[in-house]
Amino acid sequence: MLYAVLFWEYIKNYAKTRLTYRADFWVEVLSDMMFQGMNLIFILVVFQHTPSLGGWSESEVVFVYGFFMIPYGIFSTFFGMWNFSERYIVKGEMDRILTRPAHNLFQVLLENVDPPSLIGSVVGAVIMAVCWNDLGLAFHWYYVLIMLLFVLGAVLVYAGIYTALSAISFFSDAPTGIVPLIYNVQNYGRYPVNIYNKTIRFVLTWLLPFAFVGVIPASYFLEKKADDLSQLAWFTPVMGIVVFALGLALWNHGVKRYRGAGS
Amino acid sequence: MMSAYLDFIRIRFLTMLAYRVNYYSGIIIYAINIGAYYFLWKAIFGSAETLQGFTLAQMTTYIAVSWMARAFYFNNLDREIANDIRDGSIAMQLIRPYSYLFVKMMQGLGEGLFRLILFMGPGLVIVCLLFPVKLPKDPAVWIIYFIMLMFSLFINSQLNILTGLAAFFVENNEGMMRMKRVLVDLFSGVLIPIAFFPGWLKSTMEWLPFQAITYLPSAVFTGRTPMSEAWGVLGLQALWFFILLVPIMFTWRAARKRLFVQGG
Repeated sequence: MLYAVLFWEYIKNYAKTRLTYRADFWVEVLSDMMFQGMNLIFILVVFQHTPSLGGWSESEVVFVYGFFMIPYGIFSTFFGMWNFSERYIVKGEMDRILTRPAHNLFQVLLENVDPPSLIGSVVGAVIMAVCWNDLGLAFHWYYVLIMLLFVLGAVLVYAGIYTALSAISFFSDAPTGIVPLIYNVQNYGRYPVNIYNKTIRFVLTWLLPFAFVGVIPASYFLEKKADDLSQLAWFTPVMGIVVFALGLALWNHGVKRYRGAGS
Repeated sequence: MMSAYLDFIRIRFLTMLAYRVNYYSGIIIYAINIGAYYFLWKAIFGSAETLQGFTLAQMTTYIAVSWMARAFYFNNLDREIANDIRDGSIAMQLIRPYSYLFVKMMQGLGEGLFRLILFMGPGLVIVCLLFPVKLPKDPAVWIIYFIMLMFSLFINSQLNILTGLAAFFVENNEGMMRMKRVLVDLFSGVLIPIAFFPGWLKSTMEWLPFQAITYLPSAVFTGRTPMSEAWGVLGLQALWFFILLVPIMFTWRAARKRLFVQGG
């Protein structure tokens, strides 16, 4: 209950600061959209020259991309701690966090909350709906519940990975450059994983499970393929819980070790 | 006077050298991106021999060399200029006895030199080991490619300077800078060679400077543009370089009249 009240207070504060600079807000939304649009344009352009991408049709690949945008938007809204090392460890704001009773990760996340990213999720849902119609897929009412479950699992996969990466700053105060590295690996998960070789496929499925954010859960709703990825779809929530638990464990361990950077 | 400008190249090179560790992970990031697009294009080709005049081997080389070229020509001159304008330090720059924009260009050159030797060079070696990249055998191709690469840096820096100068006219040009980055990545041909764009977009792009940044040099490097046409393509780059000087000159002239530093 305390957390719900805190959440509401943080959001109110956020709204007050953002409404001061309204133009910036829209510029940010627009440039976010352009970035996502670039990837979509890539897909649309290449499908002018090929009927299928590793056995997936244009609408299917766009469908997967639309699905990917939903958890990604939610993740960016609540887990945008890109500057964690810089702001909280190097500048020492973590000390302030630790003097308060609410869980430290919860505070850090809410201080960096970014609701405009949710617009990406909405756009993703619209893209998915359009492709759903194009592909003439069946729709049952319980799909909505399955979708929610998969989206939640996918968000947790992302959240777990980036919480773990942020926790690394507790152990090394020098910038490791690993976050931008993983950020670029994550792009692999937006496309059907069967176009990659076995090693990359294995990494994307079990080690850095970015495939569970896009192609695997999305394939549950699509026609079955030869290698039937959709068998793995039900693992999405399991994977989410496991990855997030690991990330949180590493974070809590890191906080215990935290002694401040001396600033 | 020229030696003073040359010194700006040297200083920027040395500054970058001090932070070279940051660029080691950059090489890995570029390799990761090249890998993603390598597999994508392999799947796009499927069983097709050629697409839009590219063979798969040429396409692989195109992706590798285009991303590594991006590692070379990329710089943040737009952000540097915008920051100078926003925090008012541009006033100090203006009273110094040199041309501010020329200094910025020199700094861009210094950064480019650093990126060429410590980023693009080793990056290209690593990428050649990882992916089936076919380097051209004709030394003439290498020579003309390097000249074209220089123009890539010039033209990209010119676009950055123009975007940075926009900070004189709008309060916050952050969005403009981000959009410029997306436009350059998309339309310069790093992600998709211009030849793959649908007809109307392709003909629009042929009248814009973006293709001169990546597509034109990379197409020569991979052999899609034969050597007989290479000089003409180089001429087109040079033409864009001179054309872009005009808007920069006008913006700069208009900007200095507008300049109003608050405090600082």
